[in-house]
Amino acid sequence: MKARRSMLFVPGDNPAMLSTAFLYKPDSVMFDLEDAVSPREKDSARLLVFQVLNHPAYKDIERVVRINPLTSEYGLKDLGAAIRGRADVIRLPKTDSAGEIHELESHVARLEKEYGRPVGETKLIAAIESASGVVNALSIATASPRMIAIALAGFDYLVDMGTRRSGGSEPELFYARAAVLHAARNAHIDAFDVVYGNVDDEGGFLREVHFAKQLGFDGKSLIHPKQVDLLHRAYAPSPADLEYARRVIAVADAARRNGLGVASLDGKMVDPPVIKEAEQLLSRDYVA
Amino acid sequence: MNTVIEEPARQNLQLSRLPEFAGAYAQTPYLADSERKLHRKRCGSLEEAINRSGLKDGMTISFHHAFREGDKVINTVVDAVARMGFKNLTLASSSLLNCHDPLVEHIKNGVITGIYSSGLRGKLGEAISNGLMEVPAQIHSHGGRVHLIQSGELQIDVAFLGVSCCDEFGNANGSRGKLSCGSLGYSKVDAQYARTVVLLTPEIVPFPNYPASVSQDRVDLIVQREDIGDPSLIGVGAARITKNPRELLIARRAAAVIEHSGYFKDGFSMQTGSGGASTAATRFLEERMAALGITAGFALGGITGAIADLHKKGLVKAVVDVQSFDSDGAESLRTSPAHLEISANEYANPTSKAAYVDRVDVVILSALEIDVDFNVNVITGSDGVIRGASGGHCDVAAAANLTIVVAPLVRGRIPTVVRRVSTLVTPGESIDVVVTDHAIAVNSKRPEIDQRLRDAHLPVVTIEELHERALALTGEPEPLEFNDRPVAIIRYRDGSVIDVVRQVKN
Repeated sequence: MKARRSMLFVPGDNPAMLSTAFLYKPDSVMFDLEDAVSPREKDSARLLVFQVLNHPAYKDIERVVRINPLTSEYGLKDLGAAIRGRADVIRLPKTDSAGEIHELESHVARLEKEYGRPVGETKLIAAIESASGVVNALSIATASPRMIAIALAGFDYLVDMGTRRSGGSEPELFYARAAVLHAARNAHIDAFDVVYGNVDDEGGFLREVHFAKQLGFDGKSLIHPKQVDLLHRAYAPSPADLEYARRVIAVADAARRNGLGVASLDGKMVDPPVIKEAEQLLSRDYVA
Repeated sequence: MNTVIEEPARQNLQLSRLPEFAGAYAQTPYLADSERKLHRKRCGSLEEAINRSGLKDGMTISFHHAFREGDKVINTVVDAVARMGFKNLTLASSSLLNCHDPLVEHIKNGVITGIYSSGLRGKLGEAISNGLMEVPAQIHSHGGRVHLIQSGELQIDVAFLGVSCCDEFGNANGSRGKLSCGSLGYSKVDAQYARTVVLLTPEIVPFPNYPASVSQDRVDLIVQREDIGDPSLIGVGAARITKNPRELLIARRAAAVIEHSGYFKDGFSMQTGSGGASTAATRFLEERMAALGITAGFALGGITGAIADLHKKGLVKAVVDVQSFDSDGAESLRTSPAHLEISANEYANPTSKAAYVDRVDVVILSALEIDVDFNVNVITGSDGVIRGASGGHCDVAAAANLTIVVAPLVRGRIPTVVRRVSTLVTPGESIDVVVTDHAIAVNSKRPEIDQRLRDAHLPVVTIEELHERALALTGEPEPLEFNDRPVAIIRYRDGSVIDVVRQVKN
């Protein structure tokens, strides 16, 4: 299974960034048709992104398209271009309820048929950007088998909450982070943490990455290419971690062959949760 | 009465040719005058200095470029000689930058009719590419310039050297004073070889000034002026610190190439040239040096704050500095005893009795174009217009054990890796590895390096594959069109002509 740590935002109307984003090797690239694109550039951005979706340079990267809300005049046009361009994933912004996912997936299924794609092939990510989204996170996360992740978008959420980011440990985001994460784990899908806006503050970015990783987030939405490598390094298991995981698996295999229920390694019990953690660590492709 | 020599001279013809004693102050009349004894080199104005220098039409005037984009000496002096009516001068600067655009007017009005420089940029490069000069400009490397001076081709009549401080006798440096530019590595050569040396300085300090990067015995005249240069502009342009993610990506990859090249050993020596990715590579190298417990014996070249920082942390034992690229580099030269100031002759002259470049293990250089034979162009842009500098590129490439060239595969919509460079500056035989944002290519004459990089899982492809990948992104560019008329001669470091730049067709 390929890790989904980094989702790099690329403005859909920026040819220079569209033609180079793959160089940074993010796990996912998100071509943005929504907030990064001004209303008068919406049509040209949609056309550009459609072309870029088919470029071989992106063949090894998960291609996500952030569409405008379906309630806007652009939403359905964006979705059509993304499905026709064979996007891997649609990211729906400002998701407040499971109903919006149900509506989206019916359009997706219709468009998949229309453009000759296998129905169910296109996956979905919901971005949670409001108090109602956070409260409904579990039903959103479980709304469709197409759902592969939910992402917390901090800026709009905090505006909705009547506050702003304080920096540091950011208690104002803690509940939302925990709620989104619990919903994702319940639904067995991935969870993405908020973007870190100050691209020149590497130290602050890394502090936030470590915090989110420690909470259990699978990855983070990124707004600058140079954040990709920093994030991957922060998420990479150390060689010692990998070596330990390999030894755990070896010990567990030996115990199983010998009919033993539990094994021990370096004086510590190796039980099913420990084995599962080791398997997870080794199953991900961490090559940056 | 017989003079003292009369009798012996009758017996020995040799002795008859010697001058007779004519008084204690015959040779040094100023010693008899307490005012002139101390202040004889001081000039009240630049014009006075120019007059006293003996400058005449047709002569060669020289400059250094330690202030880079902040230089004010060249424009000030050439304005002055123009006002004074001089014509037909050859301007020999160690390099010329964007700030020297005003020279275009002085070429048009016949004040400057010849140019020797390592680089040409901005409107000046553009105008020369469009045929501004009757006589082609001579483009040399930093080491090659010294060779041209020593071989007699480039004879400097008057050197005008901006220094941040000097005393009344001319003991000067660039590392002290409020307009500090750091190393005076290029000036040292001009001071040594010019017929007349004029210093321009904002600060006359008490005698003796030290260190004396330029020594009193080389200096003829001194003018006090505030406008020699703006140190805050040294670190812009080619010597900038980059935040560009693509340059950072290339820099990180270049650092990885060094790490796995086989040359990354304790005591290794390194140089990073100008250009965003090249200077940024230092930062990524630091991580690996610290992690693996490797320190560098010395770092050479244009010295950035990043190198000075490694030096301060003990990761680079000695810094060898021909030119300081920013104020932190200059500060390190001022404060660290293991930060050495060297001349361009010691730095890179191929006919010097010993050049520091010969002891460099690893160098990272930038490029405007690289071709499938690894030839490098650092002079002309994708439009055929001169917009770069030879610098120490071919000098250190020839001498270093591992020469890495860094460049984005595509600039704008134009490939950087091309079939044939439009201007040849550094021959491919001295280039070992090309690092781009897409992949890495290794010269086939270095199979062992190729294997080491592949073993380290770095993205190595052939140079032809890099070229094809660039074309896949951009399509085949229209060939450039030139007239037959040469506008610049590219000199290799040994003085030979390696290429000619022709006038661009409009």
